[in-house]
Amino acid sequence: MNWASASDFFAMGGYGLYVWGSFGLTFAALAVEAALAAGRLKTARRRVRRELAADLDTQD
Amino acid sequence: MSQRLINWFKFASPATFYPLAGKLWPWFAALAAAFTLAGLWLGLFVAPTDFQQGEGYRIIFIHVPASWMSMFIYCVMAFWAAMGLVFNTRLSGMMSAALAPTGALFAFLSLWTGALWGKPMWGAWWVWDARLTSELILFFLYLGYIALTSAIDDPRRADKAGAIVSLVGVINVPIIYFSVKWWNTLHQGASVSLTKAPSMATTMLWGMLLMALAFWMYTIAVALCRVRAIILEREGRAQWVAELPEMRT
Repeated sequence: MNWASASDFFAMGGYGLYVWGSFGLTFAALAVEAALAAGRLKTARRRVRRELAADLDTQD
Repeated sequence: MSQRLINWFKFASPATFYPLAGKLWPWFAALAAAFTLAGLWLGLFVAPTDFQQGEGYRIIFIHVPASWMSMFIYCVMAFWAAMGLVFNTRLSGMMSAALAPTGALFAFLSLWTGALWGKPMWGAWWVWDARLTSELILFFLYLGYIALTSAIDDPRRADKAGAIVSLVGVINVPIIYFSVKWWNTLHQGASVSLTKAPSMATTMLWGMLLMALAFWMYTIAVALCRVRAIILEREGRAQWVAELPEMRT
């Protein structure tokens, strides 16, 4: 184990800003991208369902 | 004979691929999470402090895998582009379109983490060095692909135009890779290569490889999810879509 304490860990030997700036933005960006992709699928699915329902209405 | 071979073109049909992608992506997402946890644990807790760069070098666990993925995804896009042009399969263009945003994101993250690494070690966020400049061009190639394909209304024509951009642009990938050899760069040379023993501690190397695997699995999971959305957007009026269990209300 490299770290004596939690604050030692977060300080990253004085490179905290650079290390956490890299790790933080990367995982935030990946989470946002995954949510956007899931949202896009949800929207597409909802649109198809709505169109199918509209088709049924016109057939009646 | 032909019965024993898998007919790969079967999977090129969106009707077959859509449910398959739906079954596969959760597995890749789970693998991505597992590899991320293992990679972060090795990278942040087990790997030793670097004798030159102190703790600042730990950016490597994000920077190198993100850069590898940005180049690898572009090659995969070029592969699908070639497949689409040769076999005229609809799914190929959709695969390229599904990969482009993830590739662009990794190219951006490579530049971002590179800037955060360059500032403390070189004293500059950015230098016009061959490695950095060619990676920036890769980022612009992704943006160009996305802009071009979304500017063309007919998806099949958009796929063809995008395929040309991917195939022409793929020349930039070996340029990025060999830039540190061909030119005198501030950026360091490769730490890992197939021909030499790696010039880093074993735990550092494994942390990096695990993070690369994690990003790889993440890319597959997100691209499968996005290609499903693209299939529905383009083929939503097809009969097989209406017959999907998830569409019954």
